[in-house]
Amino acid sequence: MRYIRPLSIEDAVGELAKAVGPAAILAGGSDLLVRMKGGFIEPELIVDIKAIGGLGDITQTADGFRIGAAVPCAVLGENKALRQAWPGVVEAANLIGSKQVQGRCTITGNLCNASPAADSVPALVAAGAKAVVAGPSGKRTVAVESVPTGPGRTSLAKGEIVEAILLDKRPPNAGDAYLRFIPRTEMDIAVVSAGVNLTLDDHGAITAARVALGAAAPTVLLVEEAGQVLIGSKLDEATLERLAKICAGACRPIDDKRGTIEFRRKVAGVLARRAAATAYKRAGGK
Amino acid sequence: MAGVAVSTTINGDAVEYLCQPDETLLDVLRDRLGLTGAKEGCGTGDCGACSVILDNRLVCSCLVLGAEAEGRKVETIEGMAHGDQLHPLQQKFLEHAALQCGICTPGFLIAAKDLLEKNPSPTEEEIRFGLAGNLCRCTGYDKIVRAVQDAAQVMKGA
Repeated sequence: MRYIRPLSIEDAVGELAKAVGPAAILAGGSDLLVRMKGGFIEPELIVDIKAIGGLGDITQTADGFRIGAAVPCAVLGENKALRQAWPGVVEAANLIGSKQVQGRCTITGNLCNASPAADSVPALVAAGAKAVVAGPSGKRTVAVESVPTGPGRTSLAKGEIVEAILLDKRPPNAGDAYLRFIPRTEMDIAVVSAGVNLTLDDHGAITAARVALGAAAPTVLLVEEAGQVLIGSKLDEATLERLAKICAGACRPIDDKRGTIEFRRKVAGVLARRAAATAYKRAGGK
Repeated sequence: MAGVAVSTTINGDAVEYLCQPDETLLDVLRDRLGLTGAKEGCGTGDCGACSVILDNRLVCSCLVLGAEAEGRKVETIEGMAHGDQLHPLQQKFLEHAALQCGICTPGFLIAAKDLLEKNPSPTEEEIRFGLAGNLCRCTGYDKIVRAVQDAAQVMKGA
């Protein structure tokens, strides 16, 4: 096995592209090292991306925020501007693991690990976040929901690295929220989860809405119909009921020791309702 | 596998070592450098017994590669006391009997030190959430929480 720490994204891409055996990208390592320890992966090459310029920074641009692939989730929580603009994304990122894990884990790693239960991903999907993918043939920008294709599988080609996550600049009267169900209060993996992102007009009516569910299907689900049902409403009781029903129906969950299909369906609806109410309040709706 | 040469700083001292590319920082500390305060509990980042501070961030050293410490600063439990002078947290853990078997204690002390450096006046709830990444199978946590509360008072007065 080789461990390398390239200084540029081009070098990192080049090394990954020409790797003969299995290769792994190391940012926070909170998934990779556990999988190596468990014998699930035996990389011949580890590419540590933390020395690449810019990958450790959150930058505010004219278009919004650019979160480098090596930024630990704890740093997201310490960034006041990001917390104000995207509180749902930040609260989701800060739910991953313990303080110890927060100091290492990244939202890019959470996305590329492709767990259906990844906490930050439903919030990123609801937020309409984009991933900047660097590869042997240049860079492309894709919707985050197109990266995971199934448990542990992604659409990334050999040699490709997600170098940053982009979040749009916030219009006024906008808010997002993320909620998950776990049987304890801390340090657990979502049984089911929901992220909601809303934009309101000056009268409090919803003009744009995105709803995403986690741990409810093989990948995080963007439930477009759930977003559509919210548009035009002020989140009255009847609308919330319809939202819950659509979310419960959109789930394709599994039965396992953590929750039954029936339970996950019901709770997906409940969490979507509650996350919508919080997002609405954060957007300034009353 | 070729060894990786690493130059780092541990508890303020410049340290150099050779490690394997897949060797964790925890294994380097314990097996190569003789710093056996950090413990291996789960080896998967769940129990916090291997907690160290890496560039002012609390981390599980079992989830860090030894090679990643290049050019960085590592603080371990061995650097917490100044000679014979215990850190207030260590003193309060003794006074409150906040340990029984002791395996989790170095990790709790490092995590509590990081917590109080970032939040000198935590509420009980903040302490419990802040230390949620450290597991203890003996004490039931209450004595640990009280020791941290007491140490916070002492450290504010200092």
